[in-house]
Amino acid sequence: MYGKGILKGLRVTWNRFWNTYIEDISWLLQGKKRYYTKEGVEHRSSKNTRGIFTVQYPEEQLIAPEEFRYVPFLVYDEGAEGKKEVRCTSCGICAKVCPPQCIWIVRTNDPNTGRPIPQPAEFYIDMDICMNCGFCAEYCPFDAIKMDHEFDIASYDRNVYNLEKLLKPASYYAEIRPLNYAREEEARKAKEAAKAAKAEASASA
Amino acid sequence: MTAPASTTTVDLIARFPNSVSADARPGYAGFIVNKESLLEVATAIRDEFGYDLLTAVTGADYIAENKMEVVYHAYKTTGGPGLVFRVQVERADPVEVPSLVGLWPGVDFQEREAWDLYGIKFTGHPDLRRILMWEGFEGHPLRKDWKEAFFEEEAKPFKSRWPDGQHSYVEFKNPFRDNLNFPKDFDPEKYQPENEKDLYSSLERFSTQTEDGLKTDQIVVNMGPHHPSTHGVLRVAVKLEGETIVGLKPVMGYLHRNHDKIGERNTFLQNIPYTDRLDYFNSMSNNFGYVTTIEKLMNIPVAERAEYIRVIMAELSRIQNHFIFIGMLINDLGSMYTPSLYAFEERELILDIFEAVSGARMMCNYFRFGGVARDVPDDVMQKIKDLVYDRIAAKTDEMERFLNENEVLVGRLKGVRMINAEDAIRYSVTGPVLRAAGVPYDIRRADPYSIYDRFDFDVAVRYNGDMYDNYLIRFDEIRQSLRILEQALKQIPEGPINSQKPQYQVRVPAGEAYGRVESPKGELAYYVVSNGKPNPYRYHVRPPSFVNLTAIEHICKGSKIQDFVALLAMLDIVMGELDR
Repeated sequence: MYGKGILKGLRVTWNRFWNTYIEDISWLLQGKKRYYTKEGVEHRSSKNTRGIFTVQYPEEQLIAPEEFRYVPFLVYDEGAEGKKEVRCTSCGICAKVCPPQCIWIVRTNDPNTGRPIPQPAEFYIDMDICMNCGFCAEYCPFDAIKMDHEFDIASYDRNVYNLEKLLKPASYYAEIRPLNYAREEEARKAKEAAKAAKAEASASA
Repeated sequence: MTAPASTTTVDLIARFPNSVSADARPGYAGFIVNKESLLEVATAIRDEFGYDLLTAVTGADYIAENKMEVVYHAYKTTGGPGLVFRVQVERADPVEVPSLVGLWPGVDFQEREAWDLYGIKFTGHPDLRRILMWEGFEGHPLRKDWKEAFFEEEAKPFKSRWPDGQHSYVEFKNPFRDNLNFPKDFDPEKYQPENEKDLYSSLERFSTQTEDGLKTDQIVVNMGPHHPSTHGVLRVAVKLEGETIVGLKPVMGYLHRNHDKIGERNTFLQNIPYTDRLDYFNSMSNNFGYVTTIEKLMNIPVAERAEYIRVIMAELSRIQNHFIFIGMLINDLGSMYTPSLYAFEERELILDIFEAVSGARMMCNYFRFGGVARDVPDDVMQKIKDLVYDRIAAKTDEMERFLNENEVLVGRLKGVRMINAEDAIRYSVTGPVLRAAGVPYDIRRADPYSIYDRFDFDVAVRYNGDMYDNYLIRFDEIRQSLRILEQALKQIPEGPINSQKPQYQVRVPAGEAYGRVESPKGELAYYVVSNGKPNPYRYHVRPPSFVNLTAIEHICKGSKIQDFVALLAMLDIVMGELDR
């Protein structure tokens, strides 16, 4: 029969249409909220999603996985009395590995000796050029530069971030990437313990 | 299945003792052919030695030796390793090399590209115009003595970034904020697009004489560059006799950024995120091709677990590409949105996985030399399993139920000729289009890379070569990819994910490598020459879309204009890769 294929296809759309309401009712009967809740968004992006698939941005937002990356930021540890202990040592690896070369670093020189000291005097990242590849965070030996989750940075001006704008506390980093943070802290503690043990051994010897 | 390469090595020199010599440079392979006897040798390579598929033609500029080189990579459609032959000529502007367009019409665009970017004049080419650059462009940009606007340094990393890296805008360094060079006698104020005349006159050669002597006018219709169905900024000049296409020329380069030149400035590692931007639907496959090529050069092993992760990602990428293809094809046929959004739903779920492992949905930048960037966490692995075992197969079936028997769709696609096997090979068409024409040529089987030789899967093939077969073969390929995924997910071992220590600068020994993978769109290959420095000396991408598009003229000639959009959609082009 001519038109049978079309009818068969229309059945698929028909089912899909009703699936939304079937899901809605089943969520209602279970007493759960399907829209504007984290649970609902999570379900909509799981393998069991049926019916409506879209998310009402910005009221609802997709849940960003931990590895999600957007632009880089610099991590500082909160020292005593709110002192910002910048992790960056201005070694320049991030500037060297950056594919579009959007990182500019000025090293600090000791005013007395003229020797470089491990701290950046100035740090610029041109976010308009940044291609969000994440190499800087990946190859930083000091865990000083990390990729941010914040993605709505559109503006009317150019986005050249300086040191002030780039710095974010380690607690923020721990919040957006808990697993990575825990792993790195563990490695750092192990390293420090090994160092202390070595120092002790050499002191006692 | 694979013939040892050494036997042919001896044969070619024995066959042409005076005009062929082996390439003796360390790290190089293949033969150097005399320019004068290129046509004769190439004919023998095709007809006597059976290398019927000429996949890549590209130039290289060895400025220190004062030589230009044209490199050809030929393969057998029955499988096995390839044959590299090259022509070397003294450096000049322009240099002349005979064109192989008569033997393999598929080299048409690639020779035009070599002319455009290298200034290699292919004598005998019927339509040697610039292809990616515009006609007001000065010089040939891939030559080593050409410098781009706002040129900073020969190679990255630029010295101005550290340790005294005060931020500056590069265009402010030039008082007029432009850096354009025009050819001699070229005045941009008085510019009249001469090229149009060339373009239209190149269409003239298709003019047909009506047999009954009726005086009819042929008209030229320009589709694009801003046409919703040309998949981006592709312009196509179509010559019509009534509704029938008698001639057709694509015009491209609107998205051109000279990926090759950028790649030669970059270090080897820095190229990985740039490859993401070629075929932006399949960054995983692009990464795959690039790292495979560099690993060939570096001669390093790949961590076992990473091999499996790579295959899993590449196959997921293929599945989502084919879903989009189906959705977009139906879109092009005029059924807006419903099927394409159904397809996008599955794609979103796959992109969620990419995002969870690599950090980005499309620009993944996930592969590294020797492995991958980071491990797949257990919960993501579970998500992949859920999709592969439970969802995608069912959704593929649903999609087939939804569309395959639809009378309108079948009416539009069935029996509309696309390309036959013989022509597809001559035109260097690869990928699903070649397989739908009845040639079971899949690099995963024909010349296995990575660990594809461990999996049990069939090469999807269909024999009619019409549009309906081209459409159905995508479903076949999704099913085969699922088969590979199921095996890979069962076999994947625990272990390290990289055989190398993480390094931001890798050492790559001097030599050349041609690495190719079966991307969802066809053969994606990289030709990389290293001279031992931190940057590639020559970096070339052989994008499947670009080479497949060479055949569009042949495919569309004689078809109706209303089929053109669908035929173009069947080639599955993507402009990021086509224009590079």
